Amino acid sequence: MERETLVSVQDLSVTYQTRIGPVSAVDHVSFEIQKGEILGLVGESGCGKSTLGKALMRLIEPPAEISSGHIIFEGEDIMAYDEEKMRDFRGRRTSMIFQDPMTSLNPMQRVDDHLIEAIQVHEPKTSREKALERSSVLIERLGIGLNRLGSYPHQLSGGMRQRVMTGLGLVLNAQLIIADEATTSLDVIVEAKLADQLREIRDEFGVTLLMITHNIALVAEMADRVAVMYAGHVVEMGDIYTVFEKPMHPYTQGLLGSVPSVELNDRDELFKMPGEPPNLTHPPTGCRFHPRCQYAMPICSQLEPDLTKQPSGTLVHCWLYQDHPDKQKNTLKA
Amino acid sequence: MSSSFRKFLITRILLTIPMVLILVSLIFFVMRVLPGDPIRSQLGPRVSEEQADVLRERLGLNDPILVQYGNYLKDIVTFDFGNALTQGERPIKDELGERLPATLELTIPAMLFTSIFGVSLGAFAAKNRKKPIDYIIRLFSIFIYSIPIFFLGLIFQIVFGVQLDWLPLSGRMDSMLLTTFQSTTNFYVLDAIISHNWPALWSAVLHLIMPTLTLGLALTGVFIRLTRANMIEMLRSDFIAAGKARGISEKRLVYHHALRNTFIPILTLIGLQTAILIAGAVLTETTFSWPGIGRYLVERIALRDYTAVQSTIAVFAFFVAIISLVMDLLNAVIDPRIRY
Ligand SMILES: Nc1ncnc2c1ncn2[C@@H]1O[C@H](COP(=O)(O)OP(=O)(O)OP(=O)(O)O)[C@@H](O)[C@H]1O
Ligand code: SF4
Ligand SMILES: [Mg+2]
Repeated sequence: MERETLVSVQDLSVTYQTRIGPVSAVDHVSFEIQKGEILGLVGESGCGKSTLGKALMRLIEPPAEISSGHIIFEGEDIMAYDEEKMRDFRGRRTSMIFQDPMTSLNPMQRVDDHLIEAIQVHEPKTSREKALERSSVLIERLGIGLNRLGSYPHQLSGGMRQRVMTGLGLVLNAQLIIADEATTSLDVIVEAKLADQLREIRDEFGVTLLMITHNIALVAEMADRVAVMYAGHVVEMGDIYTVFEKPMHPYTQGLLGSVPSVELNDRDELFKMPGEPPNLTHPPTGCRFHPRCQYAMPICSQLEPDLTKQPSGTLVHCWLYQDHPDKQKNTLKA
Repeated sequence: MSSSFRKFLITRILLTIPMVLILVSLIFFVMRVLPGDPIRSQLGPRVSEEQADVLRERLGLNDPILVQYGNYLKDIVTFDFGNALTQGERPIKDELGERLPATLELTIPAMLFTSIFGVSLGAFAAKNRKKPIDYIIRLFSIFIYSIPIFFLGLIFQIVFGVQLDWLPLSGRMDSMLLTTFQSTTNFYVLDAIISHNWPALWSAVLHLIMPTLTLGLALTGVFIRLTRANMIEMLRSDFIAAGKARGISEKRLVYHHALRNTFIPILTLIGLQTAILIAGAVLTETTFSWPGIGRYLVERIALRDYTAVQSTIAVFAFFVAIISLVMDLLNAVIDPRIRY
């Protein structure tokens, strides 16, 4: 099923300035998010998932900066937006659900005031009553009792709070919702419920969902496509069935192999991969995965592969699937 | 008012009682351990021992210490305080009744000034963290924090009182006006307004400026630093990042969301600073010849006037207890997380 493109990320890089030098947490990444899809974004801790998610809303703050690239949202490059336009963009066209619902709401503000504020910030002419009315409809739809509107965050359960966060993400009809480990802090049952709800919302509101998670099982169950990140690169991206059926990138293979059984174990799985995750201050040359890759060829440590489209439609960032005049020669030399 | 809140309120008030009791008992015994004698210090060395003893007997100083302690507690509970030991043995109640308003007229505006000024500067510095203005504000806070109060007062007196001659050097009102001034509450500003005495009001306000600024500025440093530190912490929190992702403006995030959450530690600080405020008031009153209870305390300590000193301290303890009570209650009201 071909869909329209909602966001096109082109050559995006994010660099953290640290005491020991620059860290390229996102390194020349290009990919597309399609309208109405659920795109899962997976990869081990520290590979740059959150950084990428924040960059899509230009929420990167010093000491980090977006050091290259374009983010084309519905045909417009939001990198060209000024701060005022960006403020309007945030919440209205793309919104974000954060990991920790406990700390992501203002402890001194009631649920209804959060919702009303979110609306009025973007629509100053909307009255409190109108805003409340709109919020109420949404809140009920999300299965939060209207009597909860007057509650403070600490009076709600974790699942309830996360639904409030979801409501805040939806209240302005944003097209893209970025859920950064939105379900991670919840227990398994609540997590499953929220995940179901997110899928329902996608179907009902026609929103696009970028789901950042460690939970491969959840991605398998929910997502239409999946993107795998490694050390600041998108190394594999494609249709969920294709990627899970026949992972191409050695890292993806290891990643999926490290989930013992999707059916039996529904919990968060930590990725177990031989070797250490790379130090991004001094990333490995060439393919950043080469020190841990069992198929590594000499060229792998010298040149970075491109993200190339395979016959199956999957995009892969690996020399195994890309030709190069020196590929053979280097291999022979070794 | 819910019944649980009422319960909290009553418990909190009851807890204040042992707090005050411990303080006033402590000062009672400390005064008696200190060297010096109230009778000798006012009669001088030439009076005979018999004469001194007559006075001692009359003032109850020859009673066993526990009897004196009992009498003292009784005086405090009944808000009577008894008579001073020295200087005409004037009822302490009358003396404090006159002087307490003078002290409050100085400390309340000073506290308001320092809270508003300190919190605004601290919040502004936090918003502009690591920019030049932040460094300037931080330097300023260290600078005023480290200046002794009397020195600050002296500088003000020299600059605004002597050199520029804009403000009166000391006292609460021009002596000319004072002769005809009707004071009912002993809050001069209030009295002047009640009696529509505009020249007196003007004079009272002019007299208030320097002492208030001195006392207020001396406390501002702590407020700036505390507000700044808490605000920076608050601005790093997830709900601020989440707010930004919702398109809320930076100004609103700083002054509405973060600052409101910072009020809780600030209120606690105001409660804690009250004790320091009183110490500052003692110094300020001395510097500006302000006839408040701080100066009274200093005079009476010099004379070893046990009863006067004890009673004044008791009033201070009361004052601190009440302020900290009010701050706790305010905290309970503004922080939705506090449940009883
Ligand atoms: N404040 C920071 N200062 C310096 N470097 C940072 C900072 N935050 C992140 N990084 C770098 O950016 C990289 C990516 O971080 P990011 O939070 O995007 O990873 P992530 O994939 O979301 O990880 P996780 O799964 O643990 O959430 C990290 O490896 C780290 O080196
Ligand atoms: S490019 Fe080379 S090192 Fe990198 S994943 Fe492919 S085979 Fe392994
Ligand atoms: Mg993350």
